[in-house]
Amino acid sequence: MRQGKRTFVRTLVATAVFAAIGATAAAPASAQQVVKIGLLATLEGPFAAGGQDGMRGAELAVKQRNGMVAGKKIEIIKASSDAKPDVAVNATRKLVEQDKVDIMVGPLSGSEGIAVKDYSKTQPNITFINGSSGAQATTLVSPSPNFFRFNTEGAQWMVGLGKAALDKGYKRVMVIAEDYAFPYSQVQGFMTEYCRLGGKVPVKAWVPLGGKDYASVIARIPKDVDALVVVLGGADAVNFLNQYEQAGGDKPMIGGSITVDQTVLNYKGKRRESLVGTLSAGPVADAYDAAEWKAFVADYKKNYPDGFPSPSLFAYVYYLNMKAALDGLDAVKGDLSDGQKKYRAALSKLVLKTPTGDVRLDENRQAIGSTFITEVVKDPQGNLYNKVLRKVDGIDQMLGIKKEDFKIGSRDVPDCP
Amino acid sequence: MSAAQWRKAMNSGAAAQAWPRQRRAATEPAVPAEAPAGYADQNAPAWRKWIWQRVSARHVLVLAFLIVYPLVATPFFTFQIGAQSLALGLIALSLMFLGGYGGMVSLAQMTVAGIAGYMVAIFGVSGTAEISLGWPWWVVVPLALAIATVCGTLIGWLSVRTEGIYTIMITLAIGVAFHYLALQNYSVFNGFQGLQKVYPPEVFGLNWRDPLPFYFLVLACSLAGYFLVKYLARSPFGIVLQGIRDNPRRMNALGFNVTAHRVAAYAVAGLIAAVGGVLLVWYNGLITPGSVGTSWLINILIIAVLGGVRHPIGPFLGAIVFVLLQNFAIDVFDRERFNLVIGGMFLAIVLFSPDGLLGLWARLAARFGDANARSRISTQRPASRVSPTGGL
Repeated sequence: MRQGKRTFVRTLVATAVFAAIGATAAAPASAQQVVKIGLLATLEGPFAAGGQDGMRGAELAVKQRNGMVAGKKIEIIKASSDAKPDVAVNATRKLVEQDKVDIMVGPLSGSEGIAVKDYSKTQPNITFINGSSGAQATTLVSPSPNFFRFNTEGAQWMVGLGKAALDKGYKRVMVIAEDYAFPYSQVQGFMTEYCRLGGKVPVKAWVPLGGKDYASVIARIPKDVDALVVVLGGADAVNFLNQYEQAGGDKPMIGGSITVDQTVLNYKGKRRESLVGTLSAGPVADAYDAAEWKAFVADYKKNYPDGFPSPSLFAYVYYLNMKAALDGLDAVKGDLSDGQKKYRAALSKLVLKTPTGDVRLDENRQAIGSTFITEVVKDPQGNLYNKVLRKVDGIDQMLGIKKEDFKIGSRDVPDCP
Repeated sequence: MSAAQWRKAMNSGAAAQAWPRQRRAATEPAVPAEAPAGYADQNAPAWRKWIWQRVSARHVLVLAFLIVYPLVATPFFTFQIGAQSLALGLIALSLMFLGGYGGMVSLAQMTVAGIAGYMVAIFGVSGTAEISLGWPWWVVVPLALAIATVCGTLIGWLSVRTEGIYTIMITLAIGVAFHYLALQNYSVFNGFQGLQKVYPPEVFGLNWRDPLPFYFLVLACSLAGYFLVKYLARSPFGIVLQGIRDNPRRMNALGFNVTAHRVAAYAVAGLIAAVGGVLLVWYNGLITPGSVGTSWLINILIIAVLGGVRHPIGPFLGAIVFVLLQNFAIDVFDRERFNLVIGGMFLAIVLFSPDGLLGLWARLAARFGDANARSRISTQRPASRVSPTGGL
């Protein structure tokens, strides 16, 4: 027993030594020929699956260029957070200050994005490009000159949904959403247009994140609303649907960008039939039939046979931002000298060709892009899927409001009872 | 408060006054024998003798290393590894004090730290101007420490009547309750998003969030905490606390008020954790409910156990290993599975040495025949008979 324990310890030590040697040997030979890109996503915590898919998307963008840009090798250094802002900043600081990356891509979630943006101000010679975080404040409140975001955010993702709801005849709706920044911006994106076109939102119910009991919310649903705008994460949405069904509810639903996902579409309850016709909106749509999108999906499936059946929102958005990082690098022929000034100028002017259309940046380095309006339909096999109704292009962060009148979405903004 | 005052405050009434002689006798074996050897000049001033007896080469070496370290290390190592380890170590130190000397394992020490952090953000300056009052730092910091210490004392007052696993459960319940309060309250704690941009003040023209000043600030607080715990462990209060840990009924029979001593221990631990919490919120620059979530409550326990709860240096050693693993495990292993390394390492340390890194050190010293080190560790060891977790 004693002998066995000692052998085990020796094996452990030996493994550690070999791992250390391996890490040293793998170090890059020449800094001149290598551009280091830090990649941060959540590989732990509630968004671990999404973070992993985000990394797949980012790696796909590198693979499409065979790991080379303008004669320089691209080296990806990964780091992980658990969707908490302090952890994200620690991981970013390690990549920037310890691993000395030239460009940073990440993070995944909204509050992480704001924290990393604040940190980016202390590192003016490094260029930060967003991962998939979608908080409005990141680029609207004290934007950082070296933080770029090539994806649209939560409010932009909902533009066009208000009009689609009115077209369906929903004149009055109730909002049920989680009580933090991302749903605030989603609701704002929906209501700005909906209220302008004459829709009414008499009641807004803000529920705690990760809440399990929706009974008090269901009791508050007024009789005279035509539909419910449900901005809950997938699992919470299924919980809500279950309880609403048990309470005998029958109002149609309008979903947020992360509400009507596969977990909801696979819902097996009695209300499954009534899900048909559910509207939602978002930056990606699985069933979009443009050739570029189909090529992207095929490429994803070929490279990641063990990935999701179709690239997730995270994979797509990380892909966009990594592609922008590489395209910008290509535009300056890999020149990152002089505190990366040329590179940042190139990024600001970049017109990014994406599988869902062109993306440009505004003066806050925030994307102006497209949103898909989708509707749940049933295919011949009886499976539910999101059919693309409409694609809205050229959506900017102001949502069509004048800059001086614009306020960031909150519990009470906007309002039209 | 002086030791004599402690004694007066702690002991219930006249009974204690009547038994000074017995108490002295009871405490004597636990006090390490004052080394008479070494200092030849018997006429030297008292302070020099004191230094000679108390300070050994390794103290000087460690202190010199701590001071030179930030001057040679990169800002990253100074700030993220050095300062963060010390701040976390300080919070874990409060748990070590409760667990190692008092036999009470509280999972709510991170909660106390979090309360201090939230108070700094609420009374001071943060990115959310609607909530933060923007008071000056010299009002905010003492106020935050006071509130957190009171909360720590109240948590202690609630949980001291329980033993072992029930203490863990009640403090875990309090910690989780505070996490949900912070998560769901918007008027004071700003819910899920917490409070951002909470930075240390600029005092003496120094930006205290720069790696070097911040490191020395945290180092000073950590040293103060470390020596406070060392001092208390040898003071009458600490000796009584250790007596209570080993046999509360006997100490009660001797006339000590067990509950009052335990609550006082929680108050001291609360103050240490509060200082750590203020430093941690300045380090992160923000505080969210995630900072006081279950994972962090348990991380503090991991840090304390990893380092060893027999000596106040343990939590700091544990924190260094913890922070190094958190930062670099991802570099030595498959990046998507790096948590395996962290978990495996913790498991290995606890498996091979139930006393954490300190136990490992003691065993190494024993193996290589350093009799000196062995005796030193065995005399300083607070847990002589009962495991530090008491009723566990």
